[in-house]
Amino acid sequence: MSELTLTLIRLGFLVVLWLFVLSAVSVIRSDMFGARVDPAKQRPGRAAKQPRPPKPAKQPKPRRGDRHAPRSLVVTDGPNEGQSAALADAPILIGRGTDAAIRLDDDYVSTRHARVATNGEQWFVEDLGSTNGTYLGHQRVTAPTPIGAGTAIRIGKTVLELRR
Amino acid sequence: MTMQTEAQAVSVPRKRRGTELSLIVVALLVGVGAYVSVGLGYTGDIPADITAVAGAFAALAFVAHLAVRFLAPYADPVLLPLVVLLNGIGLAMIYRLDLDITDPRLGDGVARQQVVWTFVGVLAIVAVLAVVRDHRRLQSYTYTLGLVALGLLVLPLLPGIGNEINGARIWISVGPLSFQPGEVAKLCLVVFFAGYLVVKRDALALAGRRFIGIDLPRGRDLGPILAAWLLSLGVLVFQRDLGSSLLFFGLFVVLLYVATERVGWAIVGILLFLGGAYFGYLTFGHVQNRVAGWLDPFSDTDLYFQIVQGQYGLAFGGLIGTGLGQGDPTLTPYSYSDFIVTSLGEELGLAGLMALIVIYALIVERGLRVALLCRDAFGKLIATGLAVTFALQVFVVVGGVTRLIPLTGLTTPFLSYGGSSLVANWAMVGLLLRISHATRQPQPLATPLHAEDATQVVRLR
Repeated sequence: MSELTLTLIRLGFLVVLWLFVLSAVSVIRSDMFGARVDPAKQRPGRAAKQPRPPKPAKQPKPRRGDRHAPRSLVVTDGPNEGQSAALADAPILIGRGTDAAIRLDDDYVSTRHARVATNGEQWFVEDLGSTNGTYLGHQRVTAPTPIGAGTAIRIGKTVLELRR
Repeated sequence: MTMQTEAQAVSVPRKRRGTELSLIVVALLVGVGAYVSVGLGYTGDIPADITAVAGAFAALAFVAHLAVRFLAPYADPVLLPLVVLLNGIGLAMIYRLDLDITDPRLGDGVARQQVVWTFVGVLAIVAVLAVVRDHRRLQSYTYTLGLVALGLLVLPLLPGIGNEINGARIWISVGPLSFQPGEVAKLCLVVFFAGYLVVKRDALALAGRRFIGIDLPRGRDLGPILAAWLLSLGVLVFQRDLGSSLLFFGLFVVLLYVATERVGWAIVGILLFLGGAYFGYLTFGHVQNRVAGWLDPFSDTDLYFQIVQGQYGLAFGGLIGTGLGQGDPTLTPYSYSDFIVTSLGEELGLAGLMALIVIYALIVERGLRVALLCRDAFGKLIATGLAVTFALQVFVVVGGVTRLIPLTGLTTPFLSYGGSSLVANWAMVGLLLRISHATRQPQPLATPLHAEDATQVVRLR
């Protein structure tokens, strides 16, 4: 092994060592900001959840007294404003499908979107695995949730309310 | 609309496991290159066992990478390659020193033993990543781990298994195996300190008396720091281990300072440290030796032979070193453990040693970055503690052998020969990677339900 070769090996090793350090530093630099993504394009699954009524939901009408049980479910905003269904003991299906008790012409509503049912004392709203979710007031409904007096149910662009 | 979309484009951390793998490949090239060039420089031939050693080491690095890829996919991409590189260079250097050393205590095939310890270290990182799925769970084991650390520190003092080597009683021997439990205690202490301080920091941060612009802590809050101080003094008195004593106390003071954000604690810590150091200086002969060897080693070159040889080694290496396998690093006693830094400095020169120190600095930087980005206070403190542990160790070792500070025995993380240190450090990196993963992974989208005006409408028609 000649002296020259050894010197070259020695210098080469130091160069490679520093190249490693520099490449580690360059990875750190490129790691500083992460990948820039547009959440709307990048994550269709999540973006789909975003659409919600463009306008703030109308404030619920003044309460009419909690003493009386609600008698009907009324669409107060959205394409089908004014539509209603009488509350009986049977659950009410809300959706775009033909079998829904309240049929909505709303692009953001799933075929079988939500269900309003009672246990005899209170009325509950339950999301049926819809794409865009069901909101009670500002809360997304994940489990059957009792509907408080005067609270709006929001489905897509549509707002529904329990009326006496 | 466009404006809004741009405003909503957020930066999302990438996994970057591919980048990690390519960096690991480069690190392996450097490590194996070091091994080969040791052989070429020493005997003129490529080492006979190169395929076995390089293959085993590459396989271990790959296993560690796979563990990170599957168990902590969002973890920092740089940490593992840095560690692999240090471990590889350490391995090559130990192999190189083994060629010259005729120390019967080391036995044959030190490099092969180090490969075995690397294997255990990789097992440790896989185990940490597999068992600790969420670092916040560790908080419920705060005091358990504190007790474990205390037990580990006491273990070498027990008769029967405790073993004294070179004046320091920090070893335990079970059969043919000897182990330094203090290394593992380090990891437990980091978690214990973090868990303790995250609960107590508000009380400890309460302002005490204000004195020349500095909030001094209240007297009754001094308990914990005094306890840590006594623990460190105990390590110093009973185990005669300067380095660990310094490390434990320094770690606690730094974490206390970070947790409470009070300079007062740092000042109290430094005062206590100075007091303890002075007490040690007065009481122990070997501490006096270390200080005298720091101030003027050339006054007695027999007594301070090791540190003088280390200095000569560094001087002999110069700027670019003698080349691997072509120096005489083994003239320095313990050139494979405490003084591996001067061995590397001799054969790789200032240029090589600086690269290694930059690599340590990057490890510490990554650790502190994890701490900065971490969302929970407990994780922040653990990450800080782990980074500070590495930083303090390197500072104490490199500062000691270069005579910046008095020499204290501590292992150089990942480079020194020694199983306990290697395994404990791998486990510490595992914990750091786990916190890093938790920090960088995308958060479950918290839909701002009440921010009505932020709603974006996607037109379908």
